[in-house]
Amino acid sequence: MAIGEIIRTSQIWKSIFRHPMPLDRRNRIVVMLTNFFLHLHPVSIKKQGIALSFTWCMGGVTFFLFLVETVTGVLLMFYYRPTLEWAYNDILALRDVTSLGILRELHRWGAHAMVITTWLHMYRVFLTGSYKPPREFNWVIGVILLLLTLLLSFTGYLLPWDQLAIWAITVGSNMARATPILGYEGPGQQLLTIGGIDMITDGSDARFGLLGARFVGEETLNRFYVLHCIAIPLAAALLLAIHFWRVRKDGGISGPL
Amino acid sequence: MHSNGLFLKDVAGFLGLYYTGLAIMNAIAAIVFWQKTKQPGWAAVWSVFSVVMLVLASLALAGTAELVPSLPMSARKLVNTLSGPVLYTLGTTALLTVLFIFRKFFVQPMVAWTILNGMLLVMGLSMADENFSSIVMKADNVPIVGLVFLLAFFTWLATSQAVVNDERIKQGLPPMEKLADEKVLVWPDLVYTELICMVAVSAFLLLWAIFLQAPLEEPASSVKTPNPSKAPWYFLGLQEMLVYFDPWYAGVVLPSLVVFGLMALPYLDFNKKGNGYYSIEERKFSYLVYQFGFFELWITLIILGTFLRGPNWNFFGPFEYWSPYKVEVLNNFDLPQMFWVTLLDRPLPVASAGSSGLVQAGTILLREAPGLVLMGIYLVVLPPLLAVTIFRKFYAQMGFIRYMVMSNLMLLMLTLPLKMILRWTVNLKYIVSIPEISLNF
Repeated sequence: MAIGEIIRTSQIWKSIFRHPMPLDRRNRIVVMLTNFFLHLHPVSIKKQGIALSFTWCMGGVTFFLFLVETVTGVLLMFYYRPTLEWAYNDILALRDVTSLGILRELHRWGAHAMVITTWLHMYRVFLTGSYKPPREFNWVIGVILLLLTLLLSFTGYLLPWDQLAIWAITVGSNMARATPILGYEGPGQQLLTIGGIDMITDGSDARFGLLGARFVGEETLNRFYVLHCIAIPLAAALLLAIHFWRVRKDGGISGPL
Repeated sequence: MHSNGLFLKDVAGFLGLYYTGLAIMNAIAAIVFWQKTKQPGWAAVWSVFSVVMLVLASLALAGTAELVPSLPMSARKLVNTLSGPVLYTLGTTALLTVLFIFRKFFVQPMVAWTILNGMLLVMGLSMADENFSSIVMKADNVPIVGLVFLLAFFTWLATSQAVVNDERIKQGLPPMEKLADEKVLVWPDLVYTELICMVAVSAFLLLWAIFLQAPLEEPASSVKTPNPSKAPWYFLGLQEMLVYFDPWYAGVVLPSLVVFGLMALPYLDFNKKGNGYYSIEERKFSYLVYQFGFFELWITLIILGTFLRGPNWNFFGPFEYWSPYKVEVLNNFDLPQMFWVTLLDRPLPVASAGSSGLVQAGTILLREAPGLVLMGIYLVVLPPLLAVTIFRKFYAQMGFIRYMVMSNLMLLMLTLPLKMILRWTVNLKYIVSIPEISLNF
């Protein structure tokens, strides 16, 4: 017996994969139904639905980049401490001391790429009218995922704690200061007073809620770190699951009727 | 920056590789045109172009700074002098409009190939300019260069399919997508495509990570403000809007409206056609609105904000040195100023000191009356007016609520280009300016 055959008929192999090798038509169908990772897919699909000129593969690439970001992100968390004392030095060490020091590069360029592929995915879905009934709500979920992608990128931007980081976040978060009514420089914030005491100050407004402080400081670093590593990825993972599930439930990839 | 010689030596190696890449790319294209599509004439053209690229590559690698191919100084100066926010915006608008109207011409493979090579050549020649390349090569800006080329490619890909489909639909035929109707098994046809995509993306990302180091500047310091201070690149469109609006609108309200508008899109677009295939003719209105928002109000503003806005958020030409000492005269007026002082030759209405709150509020309303009336007409009178004129059919199909949401979203989206035009033409700063409650619009 050939070695491949021995492996494929062994008890261990057969206990892991619930089906024989997908070499004939029957098993190619069975594999899609019995494999956890593949069951997201349908068994068969219209040829048009897998043409790269039609799909651009951008949704898939975006999800793959999300996985890349998760893996490299976890590895980065081994090296990085989100404190004023260590954040910058850890990133510096990651570049200069760690072997194969491209972990941060993979993470950063993957993040930029993910923003771009999300836009391209959305662009394709628009251009093929794929948001039309019955897929309206999946488009809405997609918009939220786009927002989460941008927020992931934005919160991660602060973590290296260099000049580029804090000033980009300062510029970005200064906007929140001008939130109508809830920002202390926003229009109408003067209206929220109780007994002559201003309720909206630089220590209680929308920007303070975002930064955890009156300016971008250690509280912000901690807050953004938690958002970046835990809160937003969890939210995104949940919505991704619903997004994929809805693709199937809404009739698979769109195509002319 | 006048260290041109040293800079050119640094960039020469990169440019040598770049032109060699262009030469190889066009040599392959020439073979394809000759063998596959049987166009020997075009094959000859691209062979010659390929040779020219090789010559440029060898010039770049010759080791002498003077030989590195670049745009002539006079051309760069001309571009710098001519460029400004007005010309940039009008120019990109005109360009996109021409591309849209003559899309049948531009989607032809040979035209698209010529444009791509033109873009790459101009890019290469510009890279030999120190000011240009110092901004474009900035590590975090590289993705935007990629975005420009990707968007050009995918827009071409989509439009060329839409043009074919529109032609077919006109002839009563189904869209091309309908022709590949037979079903195939996901294993192997789709899962292998996905695997290849994953490998390709991983390889691309690894190469990118190896050749381009992630930026790391000096340690954060809250007392040393860099000039310019910029948000991450994907938010620079919003930062650019700050030129025309206050942060409450440009940074909070407009982005929220963008998100809301995108979410509302499937519920506002009642057109059942064009679902599941590329087409433009069947859904021209929604297509144009989306493209206007995406390209005009998002992408071009990001490019402007990243590459052309320097210290103090002043505009700089693509080949201009980002001098922090550049001064731009700002001579903008508020509408009340224009109305009361300039037009009526009267002082602005001011409540006398110590008057009651009601009087003060009334005076403010009187002072701002011209702007408030204009805004009222724009947001309250215009939607019903449009409903009985150019949007009559829409109103009939959409019903009151959906129509009002759509028309108001569109009018609010148009506030940005309108404010731009008013700024450039009559130096308008604010239409309504009530600093008493921090409300400027």
